Amino acid sequence: MSFSCTLPKLTTFAAIALISIAATGAARAQSATEIQLSYKDKKFDPAEISAAANTPIVIKLKNLDAKAMEFESKTLKVEKVVAGSSDATINVRAQKPGRYEFFDEYNEKVARGALVVK
Amino acid sequence: MIAALIIVFREVFEAGLIIGIVLAVTRTVPHRNQWIAGGVLAGILAACVVAIFAGALSNLFAGMGQELFNAAILSLAVVMLTWHNVWMARHGKELAGELWAAGRAVVEGSKSLLALAIVVGVAVLREGSEVVLFLYGVMAGGSDSGLSVALGGFIGLVLGALVCMLTYFGLVKIPTRALFATTTILIALLAAGMAAQAAAFLEKANWLTALDNVVWDSGWLLSDSSLPGKALHTLIGYTDQPTAMQLVVYIAVLAVTFALMRLYGAPAKTVTPAPAE
Repeated sequence: MSFSCTLPKLTTFAAIALISIAATGAARAQSATEIQLSYKDKKFDPAEISAAANTPIVIKLKNLDAKAMEFESKTLKVEKVVAGSSDATINVRAQKPGRYEFFDEYNEKVARGALVVK
Repeated sequence: MIAALIIVFREVFEAGLIIGIVLAVTRTVPHRNQWIAGGVLAGILAACVVAIFAGALSNLFAGMGQELFNAAILSLAVVMLTWHNVWMARHGKELAGELWAAGRAVVEGSKSLLALAIVVGVAVLREGSEVVLFLYGVMAGGSDSGLSVALGGFIGLVLGALVCMLTYFGLVKIPTRALFATTTILIALLAAGMAAQAAAFLEKANWLTALDNVVWDSGWLLSDSSLPGKALHTLIGYTDQPTAMQLVVYIAVLAVTFALMRLYGAPAKTVTPAPAE
């Protein structure tokens, strides 16, 4: 009934959305700040990293331990499993200035670090 | 031990809620226990496989394998949930009536059960692989006492099963007439929430960059990492910082679900008048 006429609209909308994704995708990826971070013996190195505000951030994390870890930050909305002795890329969206804590979910009490956005 | 308990419970909580809902939805369907148990088992097996290949999976698609894998299995669950709702709109009345005894209805019914078993399997798989990796890491590391961690993990699992039972018994208390409408809405919201989560994973993988502005921040009111926030996150897809794209996807899935239910839901011939909505 009234729903049947909304379907073509939805299709058009989806098409517009897809085109805009394709158009903006390439431009966004270049401007990101890249940060190197390593993890060994339940410690992040460096324990504090910093980045500029309002810029997407890419964290390159090296897990040097043999065990898997889970990089998590509630405030950054990131949750990523990193297998033992391997690397991971974590994309973080542009943030407002502030201090954002992250940790290894499997060792939440000891394995902590923070991203300071200025 | 407490750390293990918390981690395992946090992971099985979401799966517990989803299994509880599926059990309530299929409560009148014959052989549903085998199907759902099969979904749980398949989910656990798949979780172990994913845990073993976690490193290889991560490295796919320029390091974004995990995000894309999550988006893919969530999308699969969204399709299955939507399909179930559309199927129920057409066959719901047969299910309640005597027609159900007919052989054809049982065959049709197992199609819907398969869809829901897949949803259960996906829920278990997503959370399960993290539990497997965590427990394996602790066992292999040998720093903590393996037994106390195993005990903590077991209690966490039992608490997750408790969440599942509470959800189930809470839902089946609803009178049969209202239960169908309730579960239809619950499943539609569950599907929309999962679709928004899938969109969030695609955003993290930089595959989806349009409309990525955060529309609101309600973290001060209800953080989605708190327990009530997490429950709402699973049930209706609540997130304290949704992007415009997540909202668009959420609303689109709801619109498509109800449109499809209208289009394909009307049974060819029924004597009884359509139930009030």
